[in-house]
Amino acid sequence: MTSNVNVGLTNVGPETHPLTWRYTKAGKAVVDIKEYEALEGYAAFKKAVTMQPTDIQAEVKAANLRGRGGAGFPTGVKWSLIPMGADAGQKYLVCNADEMEPGTFKDRMLMEELPHQMIEAMVLAAYAIGASKGYIFLRGEYVLAGERLNAAIDQAKAAGYLGENILGSGFNFELHVHLGAGRYICGEETALINCLEGRRANPRTKPPFPQQAGAWGRPTIVNNVETLMNVPAILLRGADWFKGLSQGKSTDSGTKMYGISGRAKITGLWELPIGTSCRELLYTHGGGMADGFGLMCWLPGGASTDFLMDEHLDLPMDFDTISKAGSRMGTALITVIDDKQNILSVVRNLEQFFARESCGWCTPCRDGLPWTVKLMESIEAGEGQEGDIETLHQLTRFLGPGKTFCAHAPGAMEPLQSALKFFPEAFKKGISKKTIKA
Amino acid sequence: MLTANSPQTIATDRGVPFVLSAGEREQIEHAMHHYADPRAATIDALKIVQANHRWVPDGAVTAIADVLGVSAADVEGVATFYNRIYRRPVGRHVIAVCDSTSCFLMGFDQLYGALQKKLGISPGQTTADDRFTLLPIVCLGACDKAPVLMVNDATHFNVTAENIDSVLEQYL
Repeated sequence: MTSNVNVGLTNVGPETHPLTWRYTKAGKAVVDIKEYEALEGYAAFKKAVTMQPTDIQAEVKAANLRGRGGAGFPTGVKWSLIPMGADAGQKYLVCNADEMEPGTFKDRMLMEELPHQMIEAMVLAAYAIGASKGYIFLRGEYVLAGERLNAAIDQAKAAGYLGENILGSGFNFELHVHLGAGRYICGEETALINCLEGRRANPRTKPPFPQQAGAWGRPTIVNNVETLMNVPAILLRGADWFKGLSQGKSTDSGTKMYGISGRAKITGLWELPIGTSCRELLYTHGGGMADGFGLMCWLPGGASTDFLMDEHLDLPMDFDTISKAGSRMGTALITVIDDKQNILSVVRNLEQFFARESCGWCTPCRDGLPWTVKLMESIEAGEGQEGDIETLHQLTRFLGPGKTFCAHAPGAMEPLQSALKFFPEAFKKGISKKTIKA
Repeated sequence: MLTANSPQTIATDRGVPFVLSAGEREQIEHAMHHYADPRAATIDALKIVQANHRWVPDGAVTAIADVLGVSAADVEGVATFYNRIYRRPVGRHVIAVCDSTSCFLMGFDQLYGALQKKLGISPGQTTADDRFTLLPIVCLGACDKAPVLMVNDATHFNVTAENIDSVLEQYL
């Protein structure tokens, strides 16, 4: 069952919607290579193999493409950190397709409906960084995406876009879909590399960064699905065109896959200029909240982002603005929390997710998250004890950035700290009037 | 927070001999060739065994370790880490119900409650007729069609306490 994509948008074309125009134009998934080629497919890659790899890196850098997995790191900068030249040895390109951020369903759609766009993006990026081997790290639950990607790889091989001496360029590239077995932490790029190597997905110490020593100790670039799928269009139409796609709504470049889940009239995905406001997304495209429901608060881009309120609806949804507002854009698929919800239950549910998905490697995360869940459960039940709210505040500091091995626990603290800030009365009501006898 | 890998559930077949079939061995050896190091095929190998046995018995852990040239402890470490590898027997069909944010907002509690009542089991358990095992799972990436659940490898969308029968009857 396909998601709603670009509902209500008109004039969806290659000049304005580099990620989704083929799907919208075809009105269905573009799974056959002939169909894809007829829609400018592999044109960017054919152009790429006539260029110097470092020139491609420079173009992506100039386009200011920022990582669409949530962190917003400039892709061109990441690429420029990988060793180039004849003596660089074996390098790897890994696509992070382990989409598991609650509220996020964009990469699933992109891979299911446009598998060849994924393959073209991979082979192009691999050429730019000089990687001869690539993996699409796909979560095991995305069965249809896996089938379509594998079928697309077979077609691309037969057409000469993968394999040895591709298009007579002397460039070799082998691509494999690696299926995970389900664990949120695999989205962290060093944990993902451990998982790829057949280990428990604990994060690794940084430095060294994967660009220096990643998979099997070799230089490795890890990029998100949506990030990579922007690259062919950047190469075909240029950095200046890509920068203009935000239509002045943001200093960030390009379009962004935005989405809505929760009790909105229309849920689904829209490719919009980056910097589109939540108000436009929810009320113009999503039709507003479902009948009988109001908006209590919203998560801008997944479980690991701080709640935002009504007053934030008009902010441009881009990396820097949402950060300044005290949250993160994250994956930019908003989850709307309706006014029939108990915020304490929502926070408890979020913390249960993080507690269960902690890899257990470092103590603050492994022990602090279950503690957070226990406190939330008792406050939700109206049985919180005096001092519990202060303890939650303390946990948001002790599990915050810099106190843990990776970003998992700090991510878990984002919805908690913002709920404590915006809904203090709800937490206070959860503290029991009864006193415990010593 | 019970999962199929809860510690008390490990080792239900201790001492039972296990031999990889020729087909399983061949599939595992094929999977190894995609990587610089055979260890990387650990998850593939566990899934190959699980596809035939529904779960991963103790003996399979050792047998896989032998083929990959790694320790059984390493294979066990991987087998118990990931949500979709089962280290104790499961029923013919595994129902994995998403309990993350959007599904929670759209009626997970009611759906999960209805399933437990209908099947007469708690999360982590298998029905007496061996038909269903019920487990929670993290976000399945279809939040716009919440609530969502998977039965085996198939994802079902907009599943509610009211329409759950039409899903269950597809799995005998």
